Amino acid sequence: MKEYDVLVIGGGPAGLAAAIAADKEGAQTVLIEREERLGGILKQCIHDGFGLVRFGEMLTGPEYAERFIEEFMERRIDCRIQAFVTRIQKEDQGFTVSIADRTGMKRIRTRTVVLATGCRERTARQVFIHGTRPAGIFTAGTAQHFVNLLGEMVTKRCVILGSGDIGLIMARRLTLEGARVLGVYEVKPEPSGLTSNIRQCLEDYQIPLFLSHTVTRVFGQERLEAVEVARVDDDRKPIAGTEERISCDALILSVGLIPENEIAQQLGIPLDRASGGPLCDNSLMTDVEGVFTCGNAMNVNDLVDYVSESGERAGKNAARYTRKNRTYVELKVDSSLLCLVPQRVEEASEEPVVLYFRSSTGMDSAVLEIQEEGRVLFRKKYADLKPPEMERLSLDWKNLQRTGGKQLLFSLKGGGG
Amino acid sequence: MRIDKINRRLRDSYGGQVQAEDKGDFIVVTGRLKEWNDIVAACSMCVQKGKKKRGKHVVNDIVFEGERQPGMRLPGLEDSSLEGAAPDVLIIGGGISGASIARELSRWKLDILLVEKEADLAVQSSGRNDGEVHPGVDLKKGSLKQEYVLRGNRMYDQICKDLDVPFRRCGQYVGFTRWIHLPLIFLYVLEKKYRCNVKDTRLVGRKALRSAEPELNPDFKFAIYNPDAGCVCPYGLTIAYGENAVENGARISLNTAVLGMDVKEGIIQCVHTNRGNLYPSLVINAAGTFAEDVAEMARDRFYSIHPRRGTNSILDKKAGHLVRSISSVKTLKKTAGHTKGGGMLHTVDDNVLVGPDAVETWEKENFATQQASIDRVFAKQKATSPQLSQRDIITYFTGVRAATFEEDFIIEMGRRTKNLIHCAGIQSPGLTTAPAVAEDVADMAVKFISGQREVKPNTAFRPRRRGIPRLRELPEEERDRLIRENPDYGVIICRCEEISRGEILDALNSPLPVCTVDGIKKRLRPGMGRCQGGFCMPLVAKIISEQQKIPLSQVKKAGAEAVISYGSVKGTQRLAERSRGFERI
Repeated sequence: MKEYDVLVIGGGPAGLAAAIAADKEGAQTVLIEREERLGGILKQCIHDGFGLVRFGEMLTGPEYAERFIEEFMERRIDCRIQAFVTRIQKEDQGFTVSIADRTGMKRIRTRTVVLATGCRERTARQVFIHGTRPAGIFTAGTAQHFVNLLGEMVTKRCVILGSGDIGLIMARRLTLEGARVLGVYEVKPEPSGLTSNIRQCLEDYQIPLFLSHTVTRVFGQERLEAVEVARVDDDRKPIAGTEERISCDALILSVGLIPENEIAQQLGIPLDRASGGPLCDNSLMTDVEGVFTCGNAMNVNDLVDYVSESGERAGKNAARYTRKNRTYVELKVDSSLLCLVPQRVEEASEEPVVLYFRSSTGMDSAVLEIQEEGRVLFRKKYADLKPPEMERLSLDWKNLQRTGGKQLLFSLKGGGG
Repeated sequence: MRIDKINRRLRDSYGGQVQAEDKGDFIVVTGRLKEWNDIVAACSMCVQKGKKKRGKHVVNDIVFEGERQPGMRLPGLEDSSLEGAAPDVLIIGGGISGASIARELSRWKLDILLVEKEADLAVQSSGRNDGEVHPGVDLKKGSLKQEYVLRGNRMYDQICKDLDVPFRRCGQYVGFTRWIHLPLIFLYVLEKKYRCNVKDTRLVGRKALRSAEPELNPDFKFAIYNPDAGCVCPYGLTIAYGENAVENGARISLNTAVLGMDVKEGIIQCVHTNRGNLYPSLVINAAGTFAEDVAEMARDRFYSIHPRRGTNSILDKKAGHLVRSISSVKTLKKTAGHTKGGGMLHTVDDNVLVGPDAVETWEKENFATQQASIDRVFAKQKATSPQLSQRDIITYFTGVRAATFEEDFIIEMGRRTKNLIHCAGIQSPGLTTAPAVAEDVADMAVKFISGQREVKPNTAFRPRRRGIPRLRELPEEERDRLIRENPDYGVIICRCEEISRGEILDALNSPLPVCTVDGIKKRLRPGMGRCQGGFCMPLVAKIISEQQKIPLSQVKKAGAEAVISYGSVKGTQRLAERSRGFERI
């Protein structure tokens, strides 16, 4: 049985960065990828806008992935493609990972595991759309797979539910391919996607955006024939009498992403309800010693640059991992923050701590406060916070003037919507 | 109950708008009503509830003024592929009844043809129920249902072993929250056990219940327990029956709807379908909610079907711990009609099913779901399991039961038409009863054909079906061996349910292949997991297109019109057209 220091599950941007970082640390590293090709979801993201933070350039998804794949290849890191992890067993020293691929079942022993399994899309049924079950209901990612990877058009005339980024990107993509996008309907009073995407994907193509609207029902026996849309009230419940039937052949959904943590749960790793990812510390280690999380499996990112960043951190720390007793400071949030990752920091950390957070509501000018037992340790001003736009904060942990408390409270003050 | 008494009651309720007439062996109800529920109530009023012998069937001829009743949906296909066929036995309907009858009949040297109007077996009621193998504890002695449920339940271990279908005797608990009900329920259990012959019935106390089902309502004081209750995948079993029938020589023609019949002197001469005229010696009516329509075509309509809708929700496997068996709560409150609240069932695939409810409907094929159904069921089942949450729902579906007004099965030879067998009114527990009913119907058919010619056993009959290996369930060594034989078993296509490319190719090459995304889904489960096909659907479509050598735009979700994509994106379109032209040259 082969033995590794670091086993990375997932060959998307997070996994690639993790494997490269682990290799840089001199760790024996292997990456397991389910699909035939590395790159994860970036393979089908042929639009540009990737890499601005990291490379100062606007790359397409495949170009961005290529930079990492090249380095990965140059480093000759072990890799199994079209390989699927069927089981992970925790042992005294590390883990035994069972893998299925074309050659059979393999077992690999590893000291640490990096979970870079990405996320999946929320489905029509999970947002309680009712009616028949015809063909023509796609999540935006599935539609993107058809159009960009298989070169197949999935609609001539469609409605998009949800203003998440993939939905916006697909509105533009389908329009460019000659489909008529009748509108993007968003249940919330504000868009879910990045402002830049609203402008570049909808406004530039005169695609209407209907806020506080939702799709309530679908019609059609075999192929979708129409959808029913309705306005919603403050509780996001459809308002009777506002229903409108729109004939179309497809409904494209961009109603949220869910971190994929089936393997994590199999290992008994507790998840954070707010982020959807495993609870973790500032080295991105989960509650199970030696298992690390990163990328969209840890929390849903809107910029791939941060996915790579957390991948790198997880890979580096997995390579450096040694078993020891750690004392943690818990990071708590009040209701002004939607989520905050990581959820705890090792008290003795020397390096700055990188945090990711989202605000619960849109705020024009806000102050992020970190308190320890009522005493404010840190303040930072933000000109513009929006729930769809994740913030990154590098915190000088050593000079935070903590007084040894067991937890810190994060909150956002001031600023209206 | 005499007919004048029935009419008096109808007059009292509906003021002369409806009348009943005794036709000898059945009762016809006529008149006009605006509300469908009134029609159901009026016809139910005419049912004779005899203690000993079964009453006359009720035929509903009341004109429904409320809504236009939709006609039967037909396949979008017409050809003459079956023209002139003269099978010994024509089975109408590819649900659990039709498929199991076809398989039992294939033990005999007979020309068997099963026609199903949908693009696959088990698309309607048999594909849209919870898969419970009932213990029969809730049925009244004397009904056909009760007779068959005990026999059917006992047959499940063997039939599922033969057909290679997962089956689990998970047991059923019906919990009670009040001690005060104990004496009454004690007597009920005694009656079930000794008089109704439901031998496995027993009472269990709070402690035993909690150790078996720790997450059920802590207020349960005791429960009725039936260890013989089980669960099976209902469409999986139907397809397995169908495949084994085909392996043993029966023919199954999908997308084939019966449109009419020529009947002369009590004999069906010809059956018209969208794929040609058939000349069967015997017709078996297993048409589910359309059994009454088939009976009418055969001029032998002596019962009516009143469709009853039910909705089930499917929970993520992560919620599988909520219940390990089949569990429900009993409140002993008087509820009107047949408002079932269902229960919670841990499926063979480790999901939890919640439901179904029961709503009368005039639409036999309206499978549209409604949030109100789910809300109602969850409100009730919260009392079964307090942890139950709609957050865990991954999908939901609606089915329609084929109930008669007598709420019992009709399994008998035609009354006015001789070469006809009715297998009608098959609603719950029709899945449980199917193995037993199929035996009896096959016997009736063989007896009938024997009256015309000698029927010999099919010496080549093989009862064992080998299903597609379920690799995810195999030990690693066994899985390794299979992958080495066929590397495609090592390529995972559906990540949620761990289905490999090899299994998908097996399904496309199975005895009854249905080369659609839904066909593969029903046979193997890709698309039934938590991502609901988001990741695997394009991959499955691509495998179908490659294996069938058709463009992606011709791969269907289910029926002929259920296209998934419309052809190549701009630019590649013309190139593709041109290369197609070359192929033709």
